[in-house]
Amino acid sequence: MPEWIRACAETDIEREDLIRFDHAGSTYAIYHAPDGQFYATAGRCTHEDVHLCDGLVMGHLIECPKHNGQFDYRTGEAKRAPVCVNLRTFPVKAKDGLVFIDVD
Amino acid sequence: MTTATIPVGQRDYSLVGADSRRAVEIGLASAEWYHSQVPRAVMKDLMKRTDGPAIRDTILWFALLIGGAWGGIYFWGTWAAVPFFIVYGVIYGSSCDSRWHECGHGTAFKTAWMNDVIYQIASFMVIRNPVTWRWSHARHHTDTYIVGRDAEIAWMRPPRTLMNFLAFFDVIGSFKSLQILLRNASGRLSPDEKDFIPQSEWGRTVFAARVHMAIYAATVVTALWMQSWLPLFLIGFPRIYGCWHMVMCGHLQHAGLAENVLDHRLNSRTVYMNPISRYIYWNMNYHIEHHMFPMVPYHALPRLHALIKDDLPPPNPSILDGYREILASLRQQKIDPEYYLRKELPPTARPYREEFHNLDIARPGT
Repeated sequence: MPEWIRACAETDIEREDLIRFDHAGSTYAIYHAPDGQFYATAGRCTHEDVHLCDGLVMGHLIECPKHNGQFDYRTGEAKRAPVCVNLRTFPVKAKDGLVFIDVD
Repeated sequence: MTTATIPVGQRDYSLVGADSRRAVEIGLASAEWYHSQVPRAVMKDLMKRTDGPAIRDTILWFALLIGGAWGGIYFWGTWAAVPFFIVYGVIYGSSCDSRWHECGHGTAFKTAWMNDVIYQIASFMVIRNPVTWRWSHARHHTDTYIVGRDAEIAWMRPPRTLMNFLAFFDVIGSFKSLQILLRNASGRLSPDEKDFIPQSEWGRTVFAARVHMAIYAATVVTALWMQSWLPLFLIGFPRIYGCWHMVMCGHLQHAGLAENVLDHRLNSRTVYMNPISRYIYWNMNYHIEHHMFPMVPYHALPRLHALIKDDLPPPNPSILDGYREILASLRQQKIDPEYYLRKELPPTARPYREEFHNLDIARPGT
């Protein structure tokens, strides 16, 4: 069964941006894509222990703030060195102006 | 300005030695660094990518390269060729470094393939394996001037001042770079390279070295066939006779400053420069700013500097002033390798992160 956790309000994230979300000792990144969809990934870059929340969202890419490695945040796929390992993604749903993440 | 010492004893700059292990043990490796405060909305605007400035600068770059090469070829064998080779040499042998750097970060252009194409061209010009150096530079940003972790520490202590200043006409460094390429082309990576390049990239490292060596071999064959030095003056030698500007700016980045700290205000230097040098160097004179926020493109660094300068030590007002400061610090480091230059912060700045400065991390047996 999915474990839907309320992460934020839809209005908390500008389009083409992200925020950090911490829950139960884990940290996540919640994205608001240019097309209005919401996505969620693990919070920290797979290359170094740097949180992605200070990174730059460009279209459907998130660029790590430390070394400019890039992931497709929809799939978690590593797209640009120095990242080589994919990012874990999590299901997200938006309902009644709120964003929920399935952290299971 | 005050002076300070860090009790670190003998240093092992290799990436697989005692200092490397110690940096990991005490939390200096892959650590959290100090950042000046910039509101998210402002930082997003600063980080925004655009193709315009880099396309403009690259058109000028190629125009200067082609013009310099044309004049050098046309007037070859006469003194009239000299000014053309001076321009060609600096554009080839110095600005290749800044293009390699910015395109390696992926910040110069918005369009990814443009970054990649210029990165490959510039890596060849500066005689750097494009795979190796992408990873070494990532490490340089993770662990800037952390002994045993940073693969790009140019000023090791005690300083070898003569060797570093000989790099202004980099015969030794260029041949060392060729040796490394040759070693990579033969399929071998050093222990240090294996430390910072993921194993999945080793094959690409070897392939890139083979491509570079093939081009150099073709250039030598052409020179022999033509019975002329001209091909080598156009490909390869500019890295020697034109690198002086790259070296001049490169020394300003970190020389004489601290090692083993987690605050770029202590180990990096911002220097005001003339517009020509800033074009050649692509604004990397704002070096503290670049290290704090490597996602900010070169063309936005002056704006970033204006925003955070009250949180930084005062910049050196000129290249000459930077060298005065460096030489004074190096003289001290010759006597006391623990010495580093510690600049006063303005009253508006948040204090330096101090936790590692006075740590007793002396080596066993020292």
